[in-house]
Amino acid sequence: MNLSVKAMTSSSGAWKAGELVSDQFPAGLRVLVVDDDPTCLMILEKMLRTCHYEVTKCNRAETALSLLRENKSGFDIVISDVHMPDMDGFKLLEHIGLEMDLPVIMMSADDGKNVVMKGVTHGACDYLIKPVRIEALKNIWQHVVRKRKNEWKDIEQSGSAEEGDRQQKQSADEADYSSSANEGNWKNSKKRRDEEEDAEEREDTSTLKKPRVVWSVELHQQFVAAVNQLGIDKAVPKKILELMNVPGLTRENVASHLQKYRLYLRRLSGVSQHQGNLSNSFISTQDTTFGSISSLNGIDLQTLAGQIPAQNLATLQAAALGRSAAKTGVPMSVVDQRNLFSFENPRLRFGDGQQQHMSSNKPMNLLHGIPTNMEPKQLANLHHSTQSLGGLNIRVNATTPQSNPLLMQMAQSQPRGPILSENSASHVPRLPTSMAPTITGGISNGVLGRNGIADVSRGTAYNPIPQTSPMLSFPGNQSTEISVNSFPLGSTPGISSMTSKGSFQDEVTSGMKGSSGFIPSYDIFNDLQQQKSNDWGLQNVGLTYDASQHVSPLQGNIDVSPSVLVHQSFPSTQQAGQNRDATSIGKAMYSLGEGMEQRNLQNIGQNLDTLLADNSVRVKTERVPDTSSQTNLFTEHYGQEDLMSALLKQQQEGMGPAESEFDFDGYSMDNIPV
Amino acid sequence: MEVGQMQRQWVDYTKSLFLEGFLDSQFLQLQQLQDENNPDFVVEVVSLFFEDSERLLNDLTNSLDQQGIDYKKADAYVHQLKGSSSSIGAQRVKNCCIAFRNFCEQQNIDGCIRCLEQVKQEYCLVKNKLETLFGLERQIVAAGGSIPTMELSF
Repeated sequence: MNLSVKAMTSSSGAWKAGELVSDQFPAGLRVLVVDDDPTCLMILEKMLRTCHYEVTKCNRAETALSLLRENKSGFDIVISDVHMPDMDGFKLLEHIGLEMDLPVIMMSADDGKNVVMKGVTHGACDYLIKPVRIEALKNIWQHVVRKRKNEWKDIEQSGSAEEGDRQQKQSADEADYSSSANEGNWKNSKKRRDEEEDAEEREDTSTLKKPRVVWSVELHQQFVAAVNQLGIDKAVPKKILELMNVPGLTRENVASHLQKYRLYLRRLSGVSQHQGNLSNSFISTQDTTFGSISSLNGIDLQTLAGQIPAQNLATLQAAALGRSAAKTGVPMSVVDQRNLFSFENPRLRFGDGQQQHMSSNKPMNLLHGIPTNMEPKQLANLHHSTQSLGGLNIRVNATTPQSNPLLMQMAQSQPRGPILSENSASHVPRLPTSMAPTITGGISNGVLGRNGIADVSRGTAYNPIPQTSPMLSFPGNQSTEISVNSFPLGSTPGISSMTSKGSFQDEVTSGMKGSSGFIPSYDIFNDLQQQKSNDWGLQNVGLTYDASQHVSPLQGNIDVSPSVLVHQSFPSTQQAGQNRDATSIGKAMYSLGEGMEQRNLQNIGQNLDTLLADNSVRVKTERVPDTSSQTNLFTEHYGQEDLMSALLKQQQEGMGPAESEFDFDGYSMDNIPV
Repeated sequence: MEVGQMQRQWVDYTKSLFLEGFLDSQFLQLQQLQDENNPDFVVEVVSLFFEDSERLLNDLTNSLDQQGIDYKKADAYVHQLKGSSSSIGAQRVKNCCIAFRNFCEQQNIDGCIRCLEQVKQEYCLVKNKLETLFGLERQIVAAGGSIPTMELSF
């Protein structure tokens, strides 16, 4: 498949062959803008036109939805206002995420943390604050690319041999990537309308040409029917696929959609479940707060939690995890009172046996449009009951399954989210509780960010480290680009320090570069690779730790992908539209930090501070307190300490602020024994 | 008045609007969006803003004039006014809205009424100023001149 974008023409001709030159890549992007304010609508339209995008505007959400339904693949991205008279912007966001799976950017004149967090948890890939500047709009195309990229990954993850190729391609020049992605995606999506695709195309894995499945209402209904028939617990992609009997639909498509759907459900139901859930598998075994887990797992988590925010968040399927991340705060043993996520259980004690705290993690809404990279398999592993982690697919790669109760937790909480599927390398033994041990070190971080983090830190996540810190073994690819750099974590420096930590697996390829010290080791990085964009902060925000506390997911599902965590590390400083995410991430981080013992966080680096400070989200996640005994668990263990410490440090510093800010409802970050 | 003079007048007037806080950098963004293809973009958007705001202010006045005030609704109106005023760069109006929202949250009727008056006042002021500015622009164009480009250097 050549990278030229010619195929795209089918859709709107926007992408004309040859037009897909790197610098022209965004031109012709089809944007749908929804806002009830006519003044803003007019200005936005003009700005988007100036960016050479194709704009369609509507002033009512219903109109927008029907436009989208009629023309399934007629748009690439949606920008919507939050406050609208006929339908809440978040509802619209959910619909779009489920039905069309398009990236959605929220915007509002309201820049309150809660609202921004809500955006993240509902799966918005970005949040802009009005007045919107044209600079903020120029880069929205990245969300489209990222999503496509993740979709591919999903599809190909099932074992495509092309992964390596893919990765390479991915790491290739952005333009190329885009083009190939575009080509593949768009072309495919065009062709594949409602799963009517050519078998050849699908089989042609080598060409990145993965047909993009558009989940129409009918298709989704078929899917839901199949799932209900099988029973949500028994619903495995293969069976669902068989039941649905839709030609052209692959198991991967179903798997990724199932992931999202689960997250969505989790999110719906998980909000009420707080910590309780966490307790399961979650660290329960370890009451030693992370100490036991300290074998890195715990620490990893914590650190992850703390650190993850920055980097992991990015990696963590930010989107998916976003939600719970916040809450989970990865209460690493640090029972941070502050509850990063003011979840129910303030202390997510990891290892403390409190598994519960994590329970409240907010269900990460991985679903919405967040292409979770969770591998279907991982999901299975996860079994999370995590509602809390909701989307935190923080896969805590608990390398040492046992030891990471936390991880488990984390894994749990994170719904299969973007579980860094990679973990492959990381031995991340799936935490018993389905904690996706994927948190190979890094991941746990991610998880940490989110509730998972707290949980993850629980030891599970950090599994990565325990053993040989291979955790971070970012799955193989290591090109983990964890381009977390974008984490705006104000202090990214922190994260960067983390990256150096490298004790995490080598993978830590600096993806995390800018990211706040997020230890790349996380599996998240693996994901990051995919993502490559550090923009996590923003997107991942979704991962964020949803202040909600879905910490419970930690239960073992610390699937919190580091990316999630990473997000948090975003220096919440940013307020610019984009930064919104960062803040949310920061929040997540905070929560992590909080959970984690405040003190220990110091290590985490200043970046976190910024984040934390902003978000007051205390990332309860296990801050790997290097000093504190409790949380030390983690710090010591891992090489990741640095990360964690950085995270923690940040958290600690940041801690002050907010603890309560995030009302992580479910997050019982408090559990984290400090 | 000759064109050059009018242009200088325009520049000074615009500067003063910025210095006095009536307008902020968002207004500049709007001006930058204007080009030969859309020579009246700013005027159009601002006119739209005037229409919309007047409607909002009416609704707002009515909502506060009730027996049982629905603060949530009032807050929604204010929020919208805040969004649109910030989008065109009407800074003082926007700031009033921020204060107004706080009062709505507190359900402070006196505070709300005062803010409403203030918002109306600021709105009238900025409307006059902008209309004056546009008048100047029309004159310049009619005299064959072109409108200078503003840079926020002060």
